[in-house]
Amino acid sequence: MSAAHWRRAMNAGAAAVANPVAHVAGATPAGHPVSGGWGIRRRIAAIRPRHLIGLAALLLYPWIATPFFTFQIGGQSLALGLIALSLTFLAGSGGMVSLAQMTVAGIAAYVVAIFGFSAADHISLGWPWWLAASMAVVIATIAATFIGWLSVRTEGIYTIMITLAIGVAFQYLCVQNYSLFNGFQGFQKVEAPVAFGVNWHDATPFYYLALFCALGGYWLVQYVLRAPFGLALQGVRDNPRRMNSLGFDVVAHRVAAYTLAGFLAAVGGVLLVWYDGLVTPGTVGTGALIKILIIAVLGGMRHPLGAFIGAVIYVLLQNFAIDLLGNDYRERFNTVIGGVFLVIVLFSPDGMLGWWVQLRTRFAARRGPGAETRRLPQQQGR
Amino acid sequence: MDLKRRVIGKGVLAAAVALAFAGAAHADDVIRIGVLATLEGPFAAGGQDGIRGAELALKQKNGMAGGHKIEFVKGSSNATPDKAVGATRKLVEQDKVQIMIGPLSGDEGIAVKNYSKSQPGVTFINGSSGAQATTLVDPSANFFRFHTEGAQWMVGLGEHALAKGYKKMYLIAEDYGFPYSQVQGFMASYCAKGGHIVGKSWVPLGTKDYSSVVSKIPGDIDAVLVVLGGADAVNFLTQYEQAGGDKPMVGGTITVDQTVLNYKGKRRESLVGTPSAGPMADSLDTPEWKKFVSDYKANFKDGFPSPSLFAFLYYISTKAALEGLDAVKGDLSDGQKKYRAALQKLVVKGPAGDIRIDENRNGVGTTYITEVVKNADGSLASKVIKSVPNVSQTLGLSKAEFQKMGLGSRDVPNCP
Repeated sequence: MSAAHWRRAMNAGAAAVANPVAHVAGATPAGHPVSGGWGIRRRIAAIRPRHLIGLAALLLYPWIATPFFTFQIGGQSLALGLIALSLTFLAGSGGMVSLAQMTVAGIAAYVVAIFGFSAADHISLGWPWWLAASMAVVIATIAATFIGWLSVRTEGIYTIMITLAIGVAFQYLCVQNYSLFNGFQGFQKVEAPVAFGVNWHDATPFYYLALFCALGGYWLVQYVLRAPFGLALQGVRDNPRRMNSLGFDVVAHRVAAYTLAGFLAAVGGVLLVWYDGLVTPGTVGTGALIKILIIAVLGGMRHPLGAFIGAVIYVLLQNFAIDLLGNDYRERFNTVIGGVFLVIVLFSPDGMLGWWVQLRTRFAARRGPGAETRRLPQQQGR
Repeated sequence: MDLKRRVIGKGVLAAAVALAFAGAAHADDVIRIGVLATLEGPFAAGGQDGIRGAELALKQKNGMAGGHKIEFVKGSSNATPDKAVGATRKLVEQDKVQIMIGPLSGDEGIAVKNYSKSQPGVTFINGSSGAQATTLVDPSANFFRFHTEGAQWMVGLGEHALAKGYKKMYLIAEDYGFPYSQVQGFMASYCAKGGHIVGKSWVPLGTKDYSSVVSKIPGDIDAVLVVLGGADAVNFLTQYEQAGGDKPMVGGTITVDQTVLNYKGKRRESLVGTPSAGPMADSLDTPEWKKFVSDYKANFKDGFPSPSLFAFLYYISTKAALEGLDAVKGDLSDGQKKYRAALQKLVVKGPAGDIRIDENRNGVGTTYITEVVKNADGSLASKVIKSVPNVSQTLGLSKAEFQKMGLGSRDVPNCP
């Protein structure tokens, strides 16, 4: 995902118009003028049956699924997906692969524990949940801005390196600091609040809470991508030098993208700490940082939906891969997980969404050129 | 190529759907027991041996208990509490196990105990996790631990160190829950009987460079108390020796293992006489222990030369679960009330002595004090020199005294 790569893609733009995979964001098909803005009429016009069906399915899910599927599969996928969404936004629209998104989520989780309630009551301040949660989002977003400010001057693999370094440094800080982060033990019993007469740690309420945040994050990213800022950001991704000469502040746009992504990751972090009920240095360990990258890559970065698809696949595999093998080989389940990951990325460089597009293209080609391109997932400029 | 892609794509989708529906059906006459251990992460080898212990206990009863066939459903965690709760929740809510055995490590145990409160219909039996707080703080009515924990494993070692004339010691230990418990088990009696721990160095797990610790050790102590894993203990010993240190060592439960006994440094000779303590000892000379070791070796060709601590603890835990089922003839009705009453009364005849449980459902059993001895061929081995029976979780103190002291931590207990 180097700058050169984007530049090549950009230069090939004219040739790519015929290729649906290379549509640029905002270049929506005829009948939906992008300049129409986000007026109510435009918004309603953008709603399609599949959106309503998808939303209905998400809302009805807890009523047909068992509490286990609602909480551990549904709730966890939505929380992890929101954190992965922050990465797909950064990487897909900003061209910046940050491994520190889980660190931002972890900072939010730690702040919830430090300002709210936990088993370590000599540290936790015991503030009401809404204050602790909003403090968490604010502090983590500021931290994300700082991480962005540090890392935007690098590109490609160097961004990965510097964000990885920040993530690992934060984990060591958590392990070794006792006065604030409570060391190796971290914070146990950070319970989701009981508010408005609802225990938000119960399966269905937590699912709806996570769904609300996830839909909000999804909408926010969709909105920003079509707003002037999002378009400029994609321009910065494709050709920073050209954008600079056009008068855009490249560094400011990139830092702002980190801030926005940090906000999403922070909300995901608050959900995650309420889901787990605890936060320990393991929450922000290297494995967890990589996990978010895997989810993003599995799902695909071309559309905000990819992060959630990736999260569902990841969570399903984590839970059920162990059942696929005979009882004598259950401890080999990690091989299955690795194998599925390999198959997905090997056959589609853009995760599950890439597959989707390939299938679409193929069916469309069969029915006649261009027949189905209109309903392709919205492209973010490949 | 295109066709291939499509076929594989559909195959993966189908697999994902199959995954979602897998693992629901089970017969009525089979009792399903979930076994959770760390099959990944830092304790993967230990977790695998824990599973061996559980399987051995079932094998010895020919796969039956209380007239029912027993089916194990294995789960895995990576020693983090969130993963342990996730795997436990899956076994309980999705695979519908009736009894749960696990987890392996301390913080996992606390998290699973908290989860067990939300599942009153399932009986949880701890695998090998040894945190004190699991059963001491806010215990759960359906969480049982049929073995002793980290602090209990060190009871009696303090007196033993004093008897050897170690009146002033310096502590070096890893900085997390298990060593805190171990140190408390040692210091509770050591401090009460007039010993002094003049300083403590808590090092992060996996520390390789001990130079800053070594330079802090005062010269006027009688011995160092080393509560590190075996490989780390060797690192420490080497660096301590290079810096000219010559004080004898007292070890924690997992300190004096084969890596330490194979130590080749100049101080090798001085290791002879190093005491340590634990709930079992490789060199135990009872018929029960010898039978356990020979059964383990016969069943698991790929296992360790001798069962590890984890195999031993999972074995006892599983044995307790199965003997409880025998006692009620497999009757798990009425929210498993009868089964739990039977467990409460159970005395497990383990390979290393009898175990019963107290009113918090925590094990009361024997602790063995061992010392390193030199064999005729020059090799080092650890030998049992004393056993301390009936060690309770309050470490032999009254409840009030123990509560006054509080749970073990970096600063508790303290006697400089």
